[in-house]
Amino acid sequence: MTHLLAALRKDFLLQWRTRAQAIAVYAFGASALLLFSFAVGPVAATLREHAAGFLWLGLLLSSTLTLAESFHAEAEQHALEGLLLLPVAPAALYYAKALANAAALSLMGAALIPVMVILYDAATPRVPALLGIVLLGSAGLSAPGTLYAAMTSQARARQTLLPLLLFPLVVPVLLAAVKATSLIIHGDPMGQIRSWSLLLVCFNVIHWSLCGLLFERVVED
Amino acid sequence: MATSKTPYACIGLAVTLLVWGSVWGLFYAPAETYMGDVQRIMYAHVPTAWNAMLALSFAFLCALMSLWRSEMAWDNRLEAALEVGVVLSALLCMQGAIWAKPTWGVWWDWDPRLTTTAVMVFAFGAILALRQFVEDPVKRATWSAVATVIAFADVPIVYFSVRWWNSLHQLQSSPETVSKAFHWPLRINAFGILFLMIGLISLRTRVAALRREEELAPPLPETAPRRAPIAEGARS
Repeated sequence: MTHLLAALRKDFLLQWRTRAQAIAVYAFGASALLLFSFAVGPVAATLREHAAGFLWLGLLLSSTLTLAESFHAEAEQHALEGLLLLPVAPAALYYAKALANAAALSLMGAALIPVMVILYDAATPRVPALLGIVLLGSAGLSAPGTLYAAMTSQARARQTLLPLLLFPLVVPVLLAAVKATSLIIHGDPMGQIRSWSLLLVCFNVIHWSLCGLLFERVVED
Repeated sequence: MATSKTPYACIGLAVTLLVWGSVWGLFYAPAETYMGDVQRIMYAHVPTAWNAMLALSFAFLCALMSLWRSEMAWDNRLEAALEVGVVLSALLCMQGAIWAKPTWGVWWDWDPRLTTTAVMVFAFGAILALRQFVEDPVKRATWSAVATVIAFADVPIVYFSVRWWNSLHQLQSSPETVSKAFHWPLRINAFGILFLMIGLISLRTRVAALRREEELAPPLPETAPRRAPIAEGARS
């Protein structure tokens, strides 16, 4: 646990030092939300109906940039090899990086909500529930995304490979998060949010355990 | 390198069975009451579905063995099974679209099984793409095994998530769920595609093994550099 906290502190510090890049990724996500509205036209009702989908697509596209950059510092000058020489379990390094990525994506998702509200008139009084879904969805993107980012940071064409590997895998996250967000915005007369949240929890449990187990094999030399 | 004739025998048997099953299904089996002749695509579609799942399950097994034993032979089998599985899954999507247009009126529907198959094509196809961008054979083997395990574990979650989202496809077809008049062409073609799959995976494994041998072979010793001829002016 001490190792995990130390690695987590390192990853948060790295993110803080590269905050200018996080702001650029946020601007990318916000501009994606702006562009989605041109795809369906300026009808307010249609935009409001699709707001949840646009929010999550914006976050998904931004996540590939955040995740790809998360191993940038470690890939430079063989820093990852140096980290692996420390008496720290590789799983601790993975969980620290994945938690830091989940936090970064959750913050970005939370910051994109006001953009969605303004552009698509998709306000909701159930803000804590919406933030909870953003947190679960971001964790779902982060678990396999961090593992694949570790792989692709050492391969050629990493910017192409990461979304190629990640997008098909996170279909359940996208579906469940879009459905749950949509139900929060438009109302949930049948009480379906619980089922979609449960799906997100299941995805997280499976992928956080599996990816933590497999990370050591990915980074071993 | 073993050059057994078994894969060719499997492919030969597969062609015989597929010709037999297809002729039976196309010309001798009765047309289905509601769908008519369109239903005959089932004799290719259902066996393709079974064998695509079988090939990808075998790829999963190879991935687990590759991670456990760290032997290149399992990586060669993984590469072969992934390729054959992705091709069969892509064929499955195409056959499904051909059947869906006259039956449902659309080429594609966001039904759980269709969507899951499409996701499988992209998820496992991406692993084949990953293999093209990693030069180190050991890293390539480990990473593709890890990605295969994760993608395979994801398939049931994708299926159930899309099932909750929407559903239209009928229940799985099997010799038990279809009329007895359709049994034999279905069974014969299922074994035909099974033998074709075994033959192709065996041959592709052999190709992969030859490539690995070439990659892992030590570099050829450098020949002594030739001395440059001395120019006429310098000699004097």
